[in-house]
Amino acid sequence: MTVFTAILMLFLVVCAIAASLAKSLLNTVLIFMSYSSIMAIIWVILESPDLAITEAAVGAGITTVLFVLTLKKIHAIMDTNKEGEGEENE
Amino acid sequence: MSRKLPKEEYDKTLSGKFEKWLSGSKDPYVGHVEMQKQSIDPEYEKLKKQNLKEKKEIRERIYDLENNSKIRKFRKIYRGFSILFCLFLVAMLLFAVADLPPFGNADNPVNNEVSARYIEKGLQETGAVNIVTGMILDYRAFDTLGESHVLFIATCTVLILLRVDKNSKKRKEESDAEIDDRHFEPKNDLILQSAARFLVPLIIIFGVYIILCGHLGPGGGFSGGAVIGAGLILYLNAFGFEKTERFFTAKTYKWMSFGALFCYAAAKSYSFYTGANHIESIIPLGVPGAIISSGLILILNICVGVVVSGTMYAFYVMFRKGGF
Repeated sequence: MTVFTAILMLFLVVCAIAASLAKSLLNTVLIFMSYSSIMAIIWVILESPDLAITEAAVGAGITTVLFVLTLKKIHAIMDTNKEGEGEENE
Repeated sequence: MSRKLPKEEYDKTLSGKFEKWLSGSKDPYVGHVEMQKQSIDPEYEKLKKQNLKEKKEIRERIYDLENNSKIRKFRKIYRGFSILFCLFLVAMLLFAVADLPPFGNADNPVNNEVSARYIEKGLQETGAVNIVTGMILDYRAFDTLGESHVLFIATCTVLILLRVDKNSKKRKEESDAEIDDRHFEPKNDLILQSAARFLVPLIIIFGVYIILCGHLGPGGGFSGGAVIGAGLILYLNAFGFEKTERFFTAKTYKWMSFGALFCYAAAKSYSFYTGANHIESIIPLGVPGAIISSGLILILNICVGVVVSGTMYAFYVMFRKGGF
């Protein structure tokens, strides 16, 4: 295992923990998206580019879009903004 | 030869616009982004404030830790148990991972006669250079057929859950709320539109490339379809429903999915008829490595890609609008 892979793996673990600990739902979705992107790179290192393409397109792209859309539908983004709990919400 | 232009003509040239922008006398958003003033309904605001206040009071009363000994006890036990459960799960998983044979070892149980046959005879029998595609669309094409149907059924379920009836009364109230929700969003975002104009063709062409070269390199119907779906979603976000509905409506989606799934199912039925070995076809396998080769795999890749791209786009539309 090279140093690069080790760093990526570490980042993966950090992302996984941060996604479950993040207070705002929008932040969780964004962290989940970065998790997917890192996972795509790891798939390339593990020599399965098929999976890497799918992970990047589905995990980082479409799932995130659907999650954010759902958050908007249930007014999770707006509410945190108004109560002043979330800090980096749009 | 340079001469001084009159003021009105100079304002129309590029340098004139630039100077205006620099001096701040022209707002670049005016006329490009639709903006509306926010109107505040005082009664609604009052009601909302009261609601929030009541919610807060109830919450404070329930979570009054000093007087509520039950919840204090429950919280302690809950925290302890959750930590214990997490540790147990981590230990179990680590234990299982420690038992796995090393990655890439020749004596692994994965390395049996099945994979040996795929590697040795895959190219001859399927004609696909990419062994993975040869496996999932030839030897195990029935699995992929099931996956395509799962996607289609998922869309049907989302349609049942999220579809709004256009005629009912509730729908009218909801649509009013919906209009309010989108009231303040800029509809013609110049930045997004410029980026989309440049990116959407590239994304869609890349998706088509992934689908068409699925039997030659990494990729295939599913990933290519997902990429095309993402491109369509970007296009929809930038230009709105009026533009996309010119070429993609519920009817288009219905016929696209139906055609692709029917094509796939017909090919699979034929293979059952001939003995359920793997998909046999009258189409010759062709030269491995050429783009038109490997018989039915290219067609099936296109079928899966059509289904997946349509499904991704339909998901987004239904989440956002509740039906096409």
